[in-house]
Amino acid sequence: MNIERETLLEMQRRMLRIRRFDERCSKLVKFGHIPGTVHTSIGQEAQVVGATVALGPEDYMTGNHRSHGHPIGKGSNLGPLMAELFGKATGVCGGKGGSLHLADFSVGSLGESGIVGSSIPIATGAALTAKVKGTGRVSLAFFGDGASNQGGLYESMNLASVWGLPVVFLCENNQYALSTPAHTVTAGVVAERAAGFDLPGVRVDDGQDVLKVYEAVRIAICRARAGEGPSLIEVMTYRFNEHSEGLRLGVDYRNADERDLWRSRDPIEIFRAWLIGNGVASATALDAMDEEVLAEVEAAVEFAEESPDPDAATAFRDLYTEPFGVTA
Amino acid sequence: MSILSYLGAIGAAQREAMQADEDVIIIGEDVEANVYGTTGGKSRADKGDFLTLFGPNRIRNTPISEEVIVGAAAGAAMTGLRPIVDLSYSSFMYLAFDQLVNQIAKNRYMFGGQASIPLVIRSAMFYGLSTGAHHSDRPYPMLMNVPGLKIITPASPRDAKGLLRSAIDSNDPVICFEACPLWGMKEDVPDEEYRIPLGQAKTVFEGSDVTIVAISGTVPEAWKAATKLRKEGISAELIDPRTLVPLDHRAIMDSVARTGRLVIADPAHRTCGAAAEISAIVAEEAFDSLKAPIVRVATPDTQIPFAPVLEGQLYPNAKRIEDAANRVLGLGPKERETQ
Ligand SMILES: Cc1ncc(C[n+]2csc(CCOP(=O)(O)OP(=O)(O)O)c2C)c(N)n1
Ligand SMILES: [Mg+2]
Repeated sequence: MNIERETLLEMQRRMLRIRRFDERCSKLVKFGHIPGTVHTSIGQEAQVVGATVALGPEDYMTGNHRSHGHPIGKGSNLGPLMAELFGKATGVCGGKGGSLHLADFSVGSLGESGIVGSSIPIATGAALTAKVKGTGRVSLAFFGDGASNQGGLYESMNLASVWGLPVVFLCENNQYALSTPAHTVTAGVVAERAAGFDLPGVRVDDGQDVLKVYEAVRIAICRARAGEGPSLIEVMTYRFNEHSEGLRLGVDYRNADERDLWRSRDPIEIFRAWLIGNGVASATALDAMDEEVLAEVEAAVEFAEESPDPDAATAFRDLYTEPFGVTA
Repeated sequence: MSILSYLGAIGAAQREAMQADEDVIIIGEDVEANVYGTTGGKSRADKGDFLTLFGPNRIRNTPISEEVIVGAAAGAAMTGLRPIVDLSYSSFMYLAFDQLVNQIAKNRYMFGGQASIPLVIRSAMFYGLSTGAHHSDRPYPMLMNVPGLKIITPASPRDAKGLLRSAIDSNDPVICFEACPLWGMKEDVPDEEYRIPLGQAKTVFEGSDVTIVAISGTVPEAWKAATKLRKEGISAELIDPRTLVPLDHRAIMDSVARTGRLVIADPAHRTCGAAAEISAIVAEEAFDSLKAPIVRVATPDTQIPFAPVLEGQLYPNAKRIEDAANRVLGLGPKERETQ
């Protein structure tokens, strides 16, 4: 694998963006500055960024409730994302989506989904457009181990397989669906389910290593772009924080040793050591990068705080392209 | 003009739209072989078999997977195609409800207008054919309760062609409910392309004593009832809303303002049906013009049985509509239409 230095650094930058953004969200939601709830990707940055950096800027992506990492990883501006979490007029969705329903079409993010598993058919449809129109674009669906037990995934895998659609199904196996350990509700290995649909299924055992994720996703994307159809990738990872923050679902269902073990496998630390060890960047340069990212996140928070609330009338906008009734 | 059946008119609208715009594609079960009669078919190749005309890239024969059929059509619509989904029997639509309600109806809104979803879902209401409870649904009222969708219920070949064409042109998701009692209906349909705007009711004929609003498959029954009433000296005005969302309030209100009496015929179940919504609007907005209580003629709140004698009595028919009209005129049987 020969990855350009710039790309390697961009991987670390985007992982840091997710980390610092979500750390900030975690606090902001607890103090009520962000209404509702947020699901952070802290601990899963390698799994997210390995995939989003392997995608091209024109490629499509859908996600789920663990929703900030995906658009950040795909290159969204942090200001409008943060403003969306605040419910502000300048939010990427004008304050009508919020954390669970971020979408940034400018970077190919076709939407996160509050309904577990529900965006997988949407990604499949985006791949259908690519196929019918011959655009060469690829589509990627992020979903959790919990979502891997939704029927829509298998309808999607089957359809994508028989139609040869350029889509990558990416299971973020953080080993829990809320409180439920994956092994107690999931028969067999998710990646192996691909065989039943005649498509490649790969499991990345070390999803804390961004390069391993990147390589697996890159291969799947090449395959899709070459017209060879879909793939399923299961990435083993772990979320460091609670399932969701802000709702105070403070039940301890995960074993502390297990949590400590995974926390010691921090994807950002692992890659930092790799970058330094391979002479790609110095510790000083990486510290400076972190500072830059922190400043970026700070600027995003300021932008969100200073932005106006949406005008009340916008509750009636954006339902139809040709409005009528209360939406007119 | 050519004489076309209802299904023939749907086929014509689809063919014209596909010829006009290569982003229009058809997705559905058994569309390749034209099992449901709107995509040509090899046996009718002289009239234009869709697979031959447009190829398998645009005529997408699917597995039996309603969730991904509808979801993938939505994803395709969000990224530049204009899919027409043939979802066949309306009862199958429930398998795709998550995609319909959580994605299709909400995405443009939730994403602050970033998405547009130019998608048509065609849903056939096969009631009255002894297909039993799993194949006889008329579920449009459930979807009228979901902001973000548009709903059309064409009740004649000419309307079917013009409304479906507008639906395909629309950048919003439109669900087209096609009632099977209408399929065999034939009439002169213009050969050229034309569109009937969504949200415009049709006054099928004018009258001054009572307004009958009839929806979808009840339009021909209401026609019969109104003709019979006319012979008895009662002038009934028959209105077909044609589009349920957006609903043409004005046309209904103007008519009720003149007649002062309203009967609504609706093949859906009575509770929270389209007739219930229209009744509520008229009661709220035109109460002062009413000379008698509104009467709904709908399908009673029971499931659809198999035996023809059991099923046949349930749907609104000419007799029930006529009785209802007589009742609002103070002439009819005193027995209330409550079911
Ligand atoms: C259809 C549906 N069922 C249940 C929920 C409630 N819920 C939200 S997230 C979640 C767990 C999802 O687990 P997983 O897919 O593994 O994603 P993770 O949170 O672990 O990233 C549940 C049960 C939901 N949002 N949607
Ligand atoms: Mg999980």
